[in-house]
Amino acid sequence: MSKTYYDPADLRKFGKITEWNEELGNKFFDYYGKVFEEGALTAREKSLIALAVAHTEQCPYCIDAYTKDSLQRGITKEQMMEAIHVGAAIKSGATLVHGVQMMNKVNKLDG
Amino acid sequence: MATKSLKARNNDLANTQRQMEILSNGIFADGELPTFANKIKETNQLPLRPKKLEILQINLGYMCNQVCAHCHVDAGPDRKEIMTIETMQQCLDVIKKTEAHTLDLTGGAPEMNPNFRWFVEEASKAGIKDFIVRSNLTIIRANKKYYDLPEFFKKHNVHVVSSMPHWTRGKTDKQRGDGVFDKSIKALQMLNEVGYGMEGSNLKLDLVYNPSGAFLPGDQMALENDFKKALKDDFNIDFHSLFAITNLPISRFLDYLIASENYEDYMHSLVDAYNPAAVENVMCTNTLSISWDGWLYDCDFNQMLNLKVNSKVKHISEYNEELLQDRNIIINQHCYGCTAGAGSSCQGVVA
Repeated sequence: MSKTYYDPADLRKFGKITEWNEELGNKFFDYYGKVFEEGALTAREKSLIALAVAHTEQCPYCIDAYTKDSLQRGITKEQMMEAIHVGAAIKSGATLVHGVQMMNKVNKLDG
Repeated sequence: MATKSLKARNNDLANTQRQMEILSNGIFADGELPTFANKIKETNQLPLRPKKLEILQINLGYMCNQVCAHCHVDAGPDRKEIMTIETMQQCLDVIKKTEAHTLDLTGGAPEMNPNFRWFVEEASKAGIKDFIVRSNLTIIRANKKYYDLPEFFKKHNVHVVSSMPHWTRGKTDKQRGDGVFDKSIKALQMLNEVGYGMEGSNLKLDLVYNPSGAFLPGDQMALENDFKKALKDDFNIDFHSLFAITNLPISRFLDYLIASENYEDYMHSLVDAYNPAAVENVMCTNTLSISWDGWLYDCDFNQMLNLKVNSKVKHISEYNEELLQDRNIIINQHCYGCTAGAGSSCQGVVA
């Protein structure tokens, strides 16, 4: 296989980032683990949020991880795709809402 | 989806020796992953030894009306292996003298054994506390002669444990065949009608969930809640508990893992999720598995890999509990499946 920037097997090595900075690495993983604990939101809801964000961040590792996590939680493919559309809507909305700034600027400059 | 067993397809993996080679070589032989033996050695649990015998699991035959994608038995309509009445009688002799409190009948579809009802009637007289029949549900709707099974189960106070891969039609049919979901729903409703699975009922109806692909089961309680809500809302179905079971990398699931290029990732997932606390309660420590032809195994999975018990006593005809209890349990890489996460057994999580 030709070399690519992303190797799926690298996801398994994620924990090794602590080897080059144990303190910060551990703090991150402690925080990360805490975030995904069952809380006011269910673990299932958090998994769907993570899946949507994984797509807006376009992180292939995160997409792999949270697709698998969603399947493990019994989440259906329809629910997964719907979550991604929520992410996509926010992403495109965030782009479009800046159109107001553009319009404001045009109106100010080209009154 | 295949409609025949690996055996009928002359698939390489119908040969258990071939399965063992795959499980022992590659990522385990080159040290990329630790062998299961080395893993449990770290916690001084090697050799794995049996505890008090609690469950006799009897496989009444590999014949089944379904050909599920992940079946570890490689069961199907083309499998003709079936327990004879003579072997059943030998099992009954053992049931009468053992202190094991649970009898667990499995298959294939155990109901397809022509002597199934006779065996249930005879075994139910033996004072077993928990009498389990593992039903694939659709058998209840497969033919008129099976329509009264719910009543028959009720009459003998059988504990029905049924496979149900998902609460949605698509996922269930993908794993177990077209039309399985609708028939399973109808069968569950029939079981409910005679009192099975209702709150407060002593007619126990439990469901078994196993993942539809190359991933591990999620939290058993969360899945149970989802199943209960969906089945109640959509079909007014009640059941007691859900057992989440991990797919072990053998037989048809191993074939699927290799064909879909998921084998190595799946084994990594199992090893990464290894939980030493689950080793303490793996089902082989309190269960004995008896095959359709009377051979004895540490568990149903070892049976399918043809790994007979490591004991002088290897067959039901020469059963001797004291000798059998003094044995080392046979392990291999597939055992990671029972020790991943919260662990896995025929009764669900173990840790």
